[in-house]
Amino acid sequence: MNEAESKAKTVGLRQTGTLSCGELAECPGVPSNERLRRGPVAVIECYEEIPCNPCESNCPRGAICVGDAITNRPCLDAGACIGCAICIARCPGLAIFVVDRSQEDGDYVSLPYELLPLPKVGDEMSGIDRSGEPICVVEVVTVNTRSANDRTAVVTVRVPKSRGMDVRFLRPEGEAGNAF
Amino acid sequence: MCAEGSSSSREIGNARGSRIQQHPILGRDERTPCCTIWVDGQPIPACQGEPILAAMLAAGVVVTRRTEKHASPRGLFCGIGLCTDCMVTVNGVPNQRSCIIQVQDGMRIETCEEEADDA
Amino acid sequence: MMRSATDVLVVGAGPAGLAAAIESAKHGASVAILDENSSPGGQLLKQTHKFFGSERHYAGTRGIDIGARLIAEVADRGIEMLLETPVVGIFDGQVVMVVNQEKLLGVRPKRTILATGAGENTLAFPGWTLPGVVTAGAAQTFVNVHRVRIGERVVVVGSGNVGLIVAYQLCQAGMDVAAIVEAMPNVGGWGVHAAKVRRLGVPILPRHTIVEAHGENRVSEVVIQQVDEEYRPLTGTRSTIEADTICLAVGMSPRSRLADLAGCRFTMSPELGGRVPVHSPGMESSVPKCYLAGDVSGVEEASTAIEEGKLAGLSAAASLGLLDPGSYQKELVVCSEALAELRSGPFGETRKTAKDRIMREYERSGK
Repeated sequence: MNEAESKAKTVGLRQTGTLSCGELAECPGVPSNERLRRGPVAVIECYEEIPCNPCESNCPRGAICVGDAITNRPCLDAGACIGCAICIARCPGLAIFVVDRSQEDGDYVSLPYELLPLPKVGDEMSGIDRSGEPICVVEVVTVNTRSANDRTAVVTVRVPKSRGMDVRFLRPEGEAGNAF
Repeated sequence: MCAEGSSSSREIGNARGSRIQQHPILGRDERTPCCTIWVDGQPIPACQGEPILAAMLAAGVVVTRRTEKHASPRGLFCGIGLCTDCMVTVNGVPNQRSCIIQVQDGMRIETCEEEADDA
Repeated sequence: MMRSATDVLVVGAGPAGLAAAIESAKHGASVAILDENSSPGGQLLKQTHKFFGSERHYAGTRGIDIGARLIAEVADRGIEMLLETPVVGIFDGQVVMVVNQEKLLGVRPKRTILATGAGENTLAFPGWTLPGVVTAGAAQTFVNVHRVRIGERVVVVGSGNVGLIVAYQLCQAGMDVAAIVEAMPNVGGWGVHAAKVRRLGVPILPRHTIVEAHGENRVSEVVIQQVDEEYRPLTGTRSTIEADTICLAVGMSPRSRLADLAGCRFTMSPELGGRVPVHSPGMESSVPKCYLAGDVSGVEEASTAIEEGKLAGLSAAASLGLLDPGSYQKELVVCSEALAELRSGPFGETRKTAKDRIMREYERSGK
């Protein structure tokens, strides 16, 4: 492990606002690599204990468990989860994604999107990681804006194989970042 | 007692426009300007129900007043009528909080007056 | 001015006040709500994001819609609401002085509920008076309510939930957030709020403070500097950010002057915003028949404000004999448990401890 990777493991959410690899692995709502490779599944990147449970109450398969103490972190029953993506728009923290690593032509990531302009099917965009860095080019596959999502669009993108657990946001290609 | 160079505070709104026409949560702004208010003699379009300062900011006018001693510019600060930074003179009446007073057609607003003297 | 003799007068039409009015009215009290603003809803009007908590706390519903729902229920129940009507005095906790349409009036409600919320703290630095320096609430009001961009490029000071959420909302409105500056060594607010803005490319800079703002007629650049563990600036660490707006999200304090005028007893609670009026578990202040609810009784969140409002409304109704002691106890327990739920977990513990201490202060020295 080089110095950068080592640092990435120890400096995390409280220090930077971005989950470290270690923290991500600790989330009980993050499924195993093996499950990710079998087909679409929810990835609940909820690491802290905050009072919140709409993910649990909205999952039609009962695959998410928070429990009586609503500060419990959500646990995912990856076997029961079919990756329907209803939870993505229900999470007030926008912390849930659906990832499918079973396909040949790339990994598929569904993510919440609350900005304008909305991406369009077929668009090529920059895939952005958790720290806001562009890391690859992605293709927009679906844009779901049904009213039940209450204005949280759910966008599905095809990303390069192995990037399914990295791409967490989108930006128009070529658009400059924010850093001063 | 307008300081020289106050005209430079009247930057035109940026190319995107200062009014938020489309918003991912709030949707489209269906309002159309319904009236005109006059700010230091300049006509500014205003929408029904909005405070004076909203119309001013939409038109790129950010200075509401200048202090007596140093002519330091002041503008929006608390936005809810508590801090008095945004005070303007409305139809000749000074010390009106532009962040909460609603626009009316033909209103005359002056930004350069400090609190009226007793004289 | 008021239609009939009022059982319960609620001061403030934000989440706490609306919830209190609804609860009292549910049990048959005649209720009036007064608010100094031209629209009801308080903080809810500006909250475009989805709320947390559980179903009881409208989790998953956007703040603006929760506000609309409460306002609609107030109208459905025929609760009188007077806007642009500030309350300017309370005498002996009994006579409430009110300004309505430029007339000063005295009202003698049987019970009063103060739900006046909290105001924002400020931070002074060279250049802080320039146009472009605004509070987080002002940014939210002008962007989310009046639909005007207050600038193009913003530096947000403070990484608590307010700073993180407002930064996200400014991005949604098409503004650039150049950085969120935080004096503490860590991010202040919830990780999920921080993660949202980090994905948008907004840097969060812990251990940084704002030094000064430059500009002629408005802010044009912001100087920040690193600080050490004692918050002392570290030499050689200044940097300059080009920005035309500085948004101060540096905490809130209860707007408690009416509680002072009413003669309420206070205690110091730094965790909840400073000087706070003490109250019973049922939200009664140290002045009998005068109740408190929401941020005025300690700065927390909209969901606790709604719950405390319910509790205050319930207690006021019970004290008027509108429900029997048994039913009151049952509902008191339900509300208290809901509050405990919202104050649980590592982020809530501090607030729970602080609130417990406030209620112990109420019990002490004969109220």
